[in-house]
Amino acid sequence: MAEKPDAAELKDYTQAADAWFKENTVRDPGFMLPLTFMEVSTDQQFDFLREWQRKVYEAGYLGAAWPKEYGGGGLHTDFQRAATRAMKKYDAPIMLNAIGNGWAGPLILDLGSEEQKQTYIKGMLTAEDIWCQGFSEPEHGSDLGNAQLKAVKEGDEYVLNGSKIWTSLGDRAKYMILLARTDFEAENKYKGLSFFFNPMKIDGISTSRIKKLTGEYGFVQTFFTDARIDADCLFGGEGNGWSMAMKTLEYERGAKVKPVGGYFVKELDVMQIVELAKNSMRNGKPLLDDPVMRDKMTQYMIDIQALNLNNTRRRMPQLMQDKPMGLPLMNKLARTELIRELTEFSLGFQGTKAGYYVGDENAVDDGYWHRSYLNSFSATIGGGTSEIQRNIVAEHALGLPKTR
Amino acid sequence: MDNFGEIGTTEEQIELMDVATNFCRDKSPMDKVRALMEEDLGYDPQVWKEIGELGWLAIAIPEAHDGVGLSMAEVVPIAEQMGRNLMSTPFGTTTLAAQALLAGGSEAQQAAWLPKIAAGIAATLALAEDSGDWDLSNIACSGKHDGDQLVLSGKKQLVRWADSVELIIASVKVDGDVRFAMIERSTLPDGALRREAIIDETARSFELTLDGVTIPADALFDASRTRETIEKIELAAGLIHAAEMCGGSQAVIDYTLEYLKTRKQFDKIIGSFQALKHPTVDNYVEYEKARTHLYSAAHSWGEQGRGEVAVRMAAAQAHSSYSRAADRSIQFHGGFGFTHDCDAQLHRRKAIFDGALIGDAAYQRSKLAGLLFD
Repeated sequence: MAEKPDAAELKDYTQAADAWFKENTVRDPGFMLPLTFMEVSTDQQFDFLREWQRKVYEAGYLGAAWPKEYGGGGLHTDFQRAATRAMKKYDAPIMLNAIGNGWAGPLILDLGSEEQKQTYIKGMLTAEDIWCQGFSEPEHGSDLGNAQLKAVKEGDEYVLNGSKIWTSLGDRAKYMILLARTDFEAENKYKGLSFFFNPMKIDGISTSRIKKLTGEYGFVQTFFTDARIDADCLFGGEGNGWSMAMKTLEYERGAKVKPVGGYFVKELDVMQIVELAKNSMRNGKPLLDDPVMRDKMTQYMIDIQALNLNNTRRRMPQLMQDKPMGLPLMNKLARTELIRELTEFSLGFQGTKAGYYVGDENAVDDGYWHRSYLNSFSATIGGGTSEIQRNIVAEHALGLPKTR
Repeated sequence: MDNFGEIGTTEEQIELMDVATNFCRDKSPMDKVRALMEEDLGYDPQVWKEIGELGWLAIAIPEAHDGVGLSMAEVVPIAEQMGRNLMSTPFGTTTLAAQALLAGGSEAQQAAWLPKIAAGIAATLALAEDSGDWDLSNIACSGKHDGDQLVLSGKKQLVRWADSVELIIASVKVDGDVRFAMIERSTLPDGALRREAIIDETARSFELTLDGVTIPADALFDASRTRETIEKIELAAGLIHAAEMCGGSQAVIDYTLEYLKTRKQFDKIIGSFQALKHPTVDNYVEYEKARTHLYSAAHSWGEQGRGEVAVRMAAAQAHSSYSRAADRSIQFHGGFGFTHDCDAQLHRRKAIFDGALIGDAAYQRSKLAGLLFD
């Protein structure tokens, strides 16, 4: 792979990507499109997004920088970056297969065997094989290292017993990245964990949908009852589960494995909220004439602009010298909390209409804001709560001692 | 949000950042900062001389006037490191005076003063008055023509470093219009300057009595360029102070972290308590946002429209993050935090002073709201 992309090729590719997304992006299919892969609820939504990802991949705008021999495009990262920019420009829908492309894929490309690369990579790019993540358990959420799902080796198989929860796309997935306990006598809780690529559609595994606070479905609890999986499903060796799980987080920054491209979570468009505010009235006057609302809205604009620019700054080592881990580690905390605050703020614009919800014809924007606010907790809680995120930033970016 | 600016750096910025990081750290250790607080002048003349020799005062001055020909974007990393190390000198006011001259001075005025500033003389601005208004055009001081002289009257406040500069650029009303008047400090009558007690003990500031001050009529800036001069001063001051406050935020957060990592209570390092840890993370997040805005504002410097949005976002965020980080630093230092010996108060005071000079975070947001929503 070339160190530097050929400028003319990159230009052609960029123009082609722009034209492709301009022509092919469907922004309103007639039903509400999920803003994140965690919000996929109906078959209609799932089918649409799966088909969309396949289309983007086949056009060469997903996995463009992943190795060609496993289904990627084999191009320089700048090509994929240009394609992702075009996606954003036309406000294209999200990529569905987040756990596959964002977590399992980079792990396999980095540490997997030739066979694993051949087996898994292409199917996750086409969205033929949907992946989910089995880390949290009903009794072990933030204390993930204490996960108890039991994996006992019997001959060429592991026998699984226990339960995983908050599994987005769990009822639709073919594979789960699974954190299970293989050693109950290890010297510490982390060393007893192992990491598996677990097939979902087998005997002994069942899922039960969980109704979210929004009233919709989107994730499941997964039950393992004497489920038998091939010992080859173990990844990274027994006892290395925790470090494998932590590694998946590293790939997010794109340093070790070239990013797959696209996005799994849509950035909230602050201008939409500004529009809503501009179209709202308070005491017979435009809402944004109210000095309190004006000031708050302005602060949110400052916040969101900072977080958007942080994404660029993260790639500028000259502006990252002091605490190099700070920006990458704080991003999830800052972004998810801001979205929660902003969407809550938007309810206050609506006056009496704040009382309506999805499904009523009087609801503002069909209840989009209410649903967005309630859904925002999926991100402030899932993937490590904001409170855990603060510990992570404190300990890994600021060097403060562990809380324990 | 693409319209609100991007972020980027120049090679010169990064080189200056490296040099300034070392220079300010080496020349402004805390014991020296505290020693200078006790002295009348308030800064080290030797350091000031070196700053001139480094060419830092010439950075944003065009080559035609013996400057380096870069822009305020390259001043930012220097001001940031100065703020980080509480290095107080007339660097900021001199840079602002040069920017004012560039915006409003005639060819002759620029030719007379910019090369001198580039070579290292100090200058300052006299803008504030008793009204306390951040609106630079709301002033009462005046100048009356008397032949080819201009007779000034009124009082300017918060004129920083006035006793050691060569040039003071003051705003006055002439025939009802705001004008900028260049006053050579050496021509001031005795007693024209009264040292003010200001909240930032690392800075020096004076009340300037203009009564009895007379300047040549040709020491006024061009009447037609008052508006752009005011805008330039506001934005340049916003950018410089945002940079200083960003550096200050970084310093006060690091200072707090140091304490949280060493102080023990209940047999535990107090930094392990989430009651201290979590708000410190929140303050750190706010600081990083401020720094991102700072380098975005530097990057967008001079761009019509979004340049102002970027500067005001940077100033607002820097002021709020500096204030908050320093406020919490006092609290988290416990009893020691309440003492004059704790450096947290130096930062808290400086944040208040900087906000007073350019308009605090809420003021910046009110200006922003107009740019964003109206």
